[in-house]
Amino acid sequence: MAVISYREALNQAMREEMERDANVFIMGEEVGHYNGAYKVTQGLLQRFSERRVIDAPIAEMGFAGIGVGAAMVGLRPIIEFMTFNFSLVAIDQIVNNAAKIFQMSGGQYNVPIVFRGPSGPAVQVSSQHSQALESFYAHVPGLKVVLPSTALDAKGLLKSAIRDDNPVVFMEGETLYNTTWEVPDEGIEHLTPIGKADIKRPGKDITLIAWSKMVWTCFDAAKVLAEQGIEVEIVDPRTLRPLDVETLAESVRKTGRCVIVEVGWPVAGFGAEVAYQMQKHCMDFLDAPIERVTSEDVPMPYAKNLEDEVQPQVKDVVAAVRRALYLE
Amino acid sequence: MVLDSIAGQFVVDRMALVVRDGGHVGMVAPVVTASISTPDTKRVEPEASGEPVETTPEELAPLYRQMLAIRRLEEASAKAYSQGKIGGFLHLIIGQEAVCVGAIASLQPDDYVVATYREHGHAYAKGVAARPILAELYGKKTGCVKGLGGSMHIFDKATNFLGGHGIVGGHVPIAAGAAMASKYRGDGRVTLCFFGEGASTIGGFAEGLALAALWKLPVVLICENNQYSMGTPMYRSLAVEDVSLRALAHGMPRDRFDGDDVVKVKRRIAEAVERARSTGEPTLVEVVTYRFRGHSMSDPGLYRTKDEVDEWKRRDPLSRCRQRLLDIGFPEPDLTALEADVKAEIEDAVKFAEDSPPADEYRAYVVKE
Repeated sequence: MAVISYREALNQAMREEMERDANVFIMGEEVGHYNGAYKVTQGLLQRFSERRVIDAPIAEMGFAGIGVGAAMVGLRPIIEFMTFNFSLVAIDQIVNNAAKIFQMSGGQYNVPIVFRGPSGPAVQVSSQHSQALESFYAHVPGLKVVLPSTALDAKGLLKSAIRDDNPVVFMEGETLYNTTWEVPDEGIEHLTPIGKADIKRPGKDITLIAWSKMVWTCFDAAKVLAEQGIEVEIVDPRTLRPLDVETLAESVRKTGRCVIVEVGWPVAGFGAEVAYQMQKHCMDFLDAPIERVTSEDVPMPYAKNLEDEVQPQVKDVVAAVRRALYLE
Repeated sequence: MVLDSIAGQFVVDRMALVVRDGGHVGMVAPVVTASISTPDTKRVEPEASGEPVETTPEELAPLYRQMLAIRRLEEASAKAYSQGKIGGFLHLIIGQEAVCVGAIASLQPDDYVVATYREHGHAYAKGVAARPILAELYGKKTGCVKGLGGSMHIFDKATNFLGGHGIVGGHVPIAAGAAMASKYRGDGRVTLCFFGEGASTIGGFAEGLALAALWKLPVVLICENNQYSMGTPMYRSLAVEDVSLRALAHGMPRDRFDGDDVVKVKRRIAEAVERARSTGEPTLVEVVTYRFRGHSMSDPGLYRTKDEVDEWKRRDPLSRCRQRLLDIGFPEPDLTALEADVKAEIEDAVKFAEDSPPADEYRAYVVKE
């Protein structure tokens, strides 16, 4: 086992899968000669040549659609969006084509494609470059939606996504690339199943459900709460679609309390769906209303103080936990 | 093709480009003429062509049979629609049959075809039988896509028919993607992509065209210009009423001709297919045609004059093809037999669709396990 970065984990996952399967290729803006806008594809061009690491011009709808067409006839494209903000100009290809073609063709054509790239709030890039869009994609049947929080999950889940026979929207945390975690050495098969939640921190008093960078906020909140004698259990669904309701519900039934922490907007945010599922499956076990912690319902401001203010902070998670424990 | 070589041809290839004096929506604006050069403008014939292209009964009879079967299939669909047996949108291709039949006749069996929501004819020409097409329109379990897609979403893996797409222009990148896969694998296949002139204004077309040209993908992009994007005539939707000109900006070969003569369509598309197969180079081809019916069944077509529709009906590619068959010596009794055979085939398909069990599955194909 080695401690590696989230960025390196993703790079290893793509390298290993491209070694394993000649049908896997990567396409996107600056993925080749530039080595990736976020350096996630570093070195892949040198290893696999321009045939399999394809620099695309700025035409997300075009190259996302090329990926869909190539996947329909048996290739396994990895389409990199420089950030998921730009996936919005390709959303017709993701929602109307990739997600629908298997069903629309009566099961004749499946679309084994990965749409990946950084997502979620970044640092001081304002509203168009700093937003969490996973709730959009999680809404769509036919897609799988994956948001790894650690390097370990990033590697195992990306490898699974590339091998999956369905379109997978793989949303990397833009601020997580430098985070590190212990990951099995390169060459040792490490696959993490899509659709399986993970208990990131065991605890008995209350369940925190969080994904992507909010897992890290919850880690910090857990330390603060531990000093107050409160042991939180952090459960990371890792994939929003399909959602591992059972693992989440098992934790909530154990603790009797639940706080859902997401960095997206509150209205129709995925946390609302999680809250619905938890009350449905855990009603008789709940000792308090389910709490949600979200960003403020505003486009992301630029100024650092405002940017921090609108996103869930450790203090917000701590306060929600204390409310759910009737300590405030 | 580098810019210089395009510029080099400016001198030899000149064409008149009709440019309307901008912005007069709803009226025929003054026409000005400008000169423009193209890398491939050797033939541009927006009007009906004169002499029919050389052919033989052996070549033409199967093309006529396909066109007739498509016409009858569409008529049967219209009838079933009016009886309430087919729901949703139904876009008929009556009048345009020579385009899909001629173009697809230039292909090898494992080449790919990607089409729009007006695609029953393309599917049939690619080899999908009338039975599963009609059953799909009826929403039956025996339909090509098991009643999950309907009229707009015919797919057939056995014949490499890649759909049946309902979002205008969104399928152009998909066709480029199938072609990209062929280039990646070196399988020598060519992809045909059909779309209307109405698609030429949307981003999917622009990006698909740009990437196909940039990466030299073996795709032939065929604009079936039926002159109306739904109810909007070209002069109210296009600043330049020649879609093929879009190829110039990308250094892409282009062609433009009328779709009256199925053999002409076959020959001209075959040139582009051959270029794609041997050099990987894509071509933008515009075929000027006309749909006799409305955009869909709910459209009475009030935006066109009766005279205009009648004029195009006089050019009907189907009756023209029939006459041509007789002119080149196809025996009349054989023609009668062929037509009876088509009639029986479509009647059988209608019966099959009527008698088939209803669709009964909607969960199995959301996610592939």
